[in-house]
Amino acid sequence: MTEIINCPVAHEREVRQFPFDRPGCPMEPSGTYAELRSTEPVSKISLRLNGREAWLLTRFEDIREMLSDPRFSADMTNPGYPLQFEFPMELIGKVKPALLHMDPPEHTKNRMMLMPELTVKKVASLTPRTEEVVDECIDNILELGKDGTPVDLVEHLAMPVPAIGMAEMMDIAHEEKELFTRWVTLLVTQGDGEEHADLNMRVEMLLYKLIAERSVNPGDDLISTLTQRNIKAGKPLDDSEVSALVRAMIAAGHESTVNGIAIGCMVLLNHPEQAQLLRDKPELSGPAVDEILRYSSISDHGTVRVATEDVVIGGQLIKAGEGVVCSLSAGNHDPAVYDNPNTLDLTRKEARHSLAFGYGRHMCAGQTLVRMQLQTVFTKLFTRIPTIKQAVPLEELPFKSFYQALIDGLHALPVTF
Amino acid sequence: MQVIVDMAKCVGAGACVLTAPDVFDQNEDDGKVIVMISSPDEARRAEVVESCNVCPTMALSIQD
Ligand code: HEM
Ligand code: SF4
Repeated sequence: MTEIINCPVAHEREVRQFPFDRPGCPMEPSGTYAELRSTEPVSKISLRLNGREAWLLTRFEDIREMLSDPRFSADMTNPGYPLQFEFPMELIGKVKPALLHMDPPEHTKNRMMLMPELTVKKVASLTPRTEEVVDECIDNILELGKDGTPVDLVEHLAMPVPAIGMAEMMDIAHEEKELFTRWVTLLVTQGDGEEHADLNMRVEMLLYKLIAERSVNPGDDLISTLTQRNIKAGKPLDDSEVSALVRAMIAAGHESTVNGIAIGCMVLLNHPEQAQLLRDKPELSGPAVDEILRYSSISDHGTVRVATEDVVIGGQLIKAGEGVVCSLSAGNHDPAVYDNPNTLDLTRKEARHSLAFGYGRHMCAGQTLVRMQLQTVFTKLFTRIPTIKQAVPLEELPFKSFYQALIDGLHALPVTF
Repeated sequence: MQVIVDMAKCVGAGACVLTAPDVFDQNEDDGKVIVMISSPDEARRAEVVESCNVCPTMALSIQD
């Protein structure tokens, strides 16, 4: 245990506005992270969104330690919780928390109901169909761009692959697919509030209907097996909780996968020698995904907790009620764990245990699925279209605003070949 | 080498199964880990050590 820094001039400690500015290469983490990691690994920040103060963790080990400490809670109704997205304050505490915001024993009960849907075996059974879908998208891209016009990989690859995957996993009927697709697209593009509320309600009704139907008439889709498991266990979750669990999964999974595909393709397009390695060595396709996820750390600062007791992390006393924000990107570029952390190296073994999916009991429930989807997309895209190139320079790509978006992403990624 | 699992800690992330697919599997009822080879031979040490390392809740350990 490191000693506690009991700084006598604590009130003079610099409180930085967060997220930090990110001048320079959009693929590289903010330089402030590297500086803080060596000079002030646990530092004070003030959230640009709402002015709430919190502690920022930038070291790999400190992040792991905090995320495995049961004295930190994910409860967003706690006034010290570093809320980083707009949430109607009057609703806090009134709506049921999503899986991400639950603490045990609620969290355990819900998570254990969901996890059998996302096991390694389940995901393996989805692989052949994913390959088909990706191939169809690439056929379409080849057709659209055959005369040299740029094709947008976000619209034609990053969005459809997870959207089709999710709709098929849940066996959404053809006539409801449009509603479903519009809803997941809205989750990515925000859209206006009214449309959001309307679609949310209709999707909620759709889920209720599917849960009711499949309670009596189960198929082998996710909603059926989840519903049946719940019934078999004596209904620990009521229908609204089952519906919330499914929605939480889609909300946590869809946009992040769209962004993961888009940013991952961008990273490979800008590292042609690494993309070549992927073509030459098919055995790297799995490790490549882990390294791309580490290198890009698209979910940088959405992993936050609030202390329920006084706890010391990285030598800093964090008082009960104070919030903590993890920079997973800073942790994933910690030179104590990764040599030359700012270099993309698909052969890097330690990328396997990066923080890209978080750590501890909330670690990404969909990580096996994402790995499979990304592996299929990257390998197929770069082997089937070996001459693929980004159609505009890196600085001109439309990045999602990192002040607002919790997950890094691109609005468009035009390519030619 | 003996693989020790703390079932109360496992959150079914499946990271161990991806890392050492012959040694670990997941339960159909709750997604939690099943140890298929409780005393893996030395040739598997590296992947079992890595499984302990990737497990997000430190549910796995090795006893020699
Ligand atoms: C590239 C894609 C993805 C990334 C980078 C990502 C990242 C993360 C991270 C960092 C967390 C932890 C948040 C925290 O501890 O506060 C998380 C949680 C979660 N993710 Fe993902 N995720 C991705 C895709 C998915 C997909 C495809 C699904 C579902 C099919 C999914 C479902 C979830 C769920 C349900 C949680 C909450 C788990 C819990 O609270 O126990 N994610 N994800
Ligand atoms: S990696 Fe850990 S938490 Fe995940 S299934 Fe294996 S033992 Fe359980």
